[in-house]
Amino acid sequence: MERRTLFAGWVLPAFLVAPQLAITILFFLFPAWQAFRESVRAANAFGLNTSFVGLENFAVLLGSAAYRATVLRTLIYCAAVAALAMAGGLVLAVFADREIRGRAIYRALLILPYAIAPAIASVIFTFLLQPEIGLLTHPLKLLGIDWNYALNGGQAFALVILIGAWKQVAYNFIFYLAGLQSIPRALIEAAALDGARGFTRFRTIVWPLLTPTTFFLIVVNVVYAAFDTFSLIFALTGGGPGTATETLVVKVYRDGVINLDLGGSAAQSVILMALIVGLTAIQFRFVGRRVTT
Amino acid sequence: MRRGPDYLAHAVLALGGAIFVLPIWVAFAGATQSAGAIARGDLSLLPRLSGLRAFVAVLGFGPAASGGTPIGHMLLVSFGMAMAIALGKIAISALSAYAIVFFRFPGRRIAFWMILITLMLPVEVRIIPTYAVMADFHLINTFTGLTMPLIASATATLLFRQVFIAIPDEMVEAAKLDGAGPIRFFFDMVLPVSAANLAALFVILFVYGWNQYLWPLLAVTNGNLETIVLGIARMITTDQLTAWNLVMAATIWAILPPVAVVLLMQRWFVRGLTEADK
Repeated sequence: MERRTLFAGWVLPAFLVAPQLAITILFFLFPAWQAFRESVRAANAFGLNTSFVGLENFAVLLGSAAYRATVLRTLIYCAAVAALAMAGGLVLAVFADREIRGRAIYRALLILPYAIAPAIASVIFTFLLQPEIGLLTHPLKLLGIDWNYALNGGQAFALVILIGAWKQVAYNFIFYLAGLQSIPRALIEAAALDGARGFTRFRTIVWPLLTPTTFFLIVVNVVYAAFDTFSLIFALTGGGPGTATETLVVKVYRDGVINLDLGGSAAQSVILMALIVGLTAIQFRFVGRRVTT
Repeated sequence: MRRGPDYLAHAVLALGGAIFVLPIWVAFAGATQSAGAIARGDLSLLPRLSGLRAFVAVLGFGPAASGGTPIGHMLLVSFGMAMAIALGKIAISALSAYAIVFFRFPGRRIAFWMILITLMLPVEVRIIPTYAVMADFHLINTFTGLTMPLIASATATLLFRQVFIAIPDEMVEAAKLDGAGPIRFFFDMVLPVSAANLAALFVILFVYGWNQYLWPLLAVTNGNLETIVLGIARMITTDQLTAWNLVMAATIWAILPPVAVVLLMQRWFVRGLTEADK
């Protein structure tokens, strides 16, 4: 859609877009270009200068079992976080949509985690589940679980999934609640008159009408789990023990900033950019559909 | 049609609320206990009244991991960073969206697409090259370096574009007849009608800015610009020696401003979020 009435001239608008364009070029486009350039270069034996190596960095990366393991781990992580956070958000939204007393208070409580920094969420959960002093550590031991996420990779992975989902439920709750509220009441009442009750009514009427919201949230949750969880994972485990909680973004940081493998890290950045371009393209398809309806 | 209270709904929502609020409550209670009791695994869920002092004391406490910068100072840095990011993003996005919607100038489409592309380039995927640019401009360990790379925002520009496109043509024509130029029209008409969107965007961006972790981790190596999120995360690295009551007191301070902004502006925030991302 475009406007019909406009203001004349091009000097003023050029000034108006200049600040954002300058920052975009300097801190987004130029670094992205640099990542592309680095990704096809490698340091020579003495590490003094770099030379063009074509796609060798990518070949090394994709040929490495460690990288493939990290890709698989990230996929599992995204699926688990998205599934947990979306199911939690949906269930809570369905009940918060009912006309009950105190629902304003429930809603306020349920959107609270949105405001908490992922790294801070990790600190709070460290306090709860720290192997020696954690409040929940002792009860877990009584249940026969030898809880120590600093040593046990499986436990560490489960914990970063839980915290990732804990943070994201609020977001899904907000969107599902908005989706539910946009369903005309008359439709629900008509279904009720036809004798559709409880879960049947949800399955046959409500859930199909929430499909656009669900598709939108799948993309948003996968992007969140893949990219925005760096700080919660890094603050909790640093990617460890070993590589048990190392997702793709954690690996970019570990390889690039800690191990200073610039070419390899740049190649990983390029792969992540390709991934996010794909996810954004999918999102825009659904966004487009949303806007027109 | 309803008969009596909806017990199932209350049970589910209370359980959900508990899962989200209890960890924060434990952090609050922990802040008021003695470090020794926590280290023994002897944590009470009831806050100690005499321990409430910890919330004041922690403001002057400077953790060694952050070079002794006091927690109170870190809170100020975070506040400055969050405000600069939120207001900066709103300002540059509103201006560029205004130019793109209300003018036809050469390169308009290219400018729009360049801004849109930033959606696909989060800091996480361009860590090293962005750091290199910052180093070239001597912006490491400066407030400008801490905030500037986070200020460009395609999301805010897209939202403003949608709002501006919806402004009726009649309003623009009337303003033109009154002899109002583009700058006066922006301040007298466009900004007032977008006030609710501005408020919503402010909440989202303030939380985004306050909660940053990765960029401050790279851009700041000097305690003076330590943010509270980073400072707290650094405090838990040496498990045995952690003064958990202080960490938890600092944690409560760290979550207070974003939580307050979200709760106080809940109505705008929810509307803004569901609109901004669509």
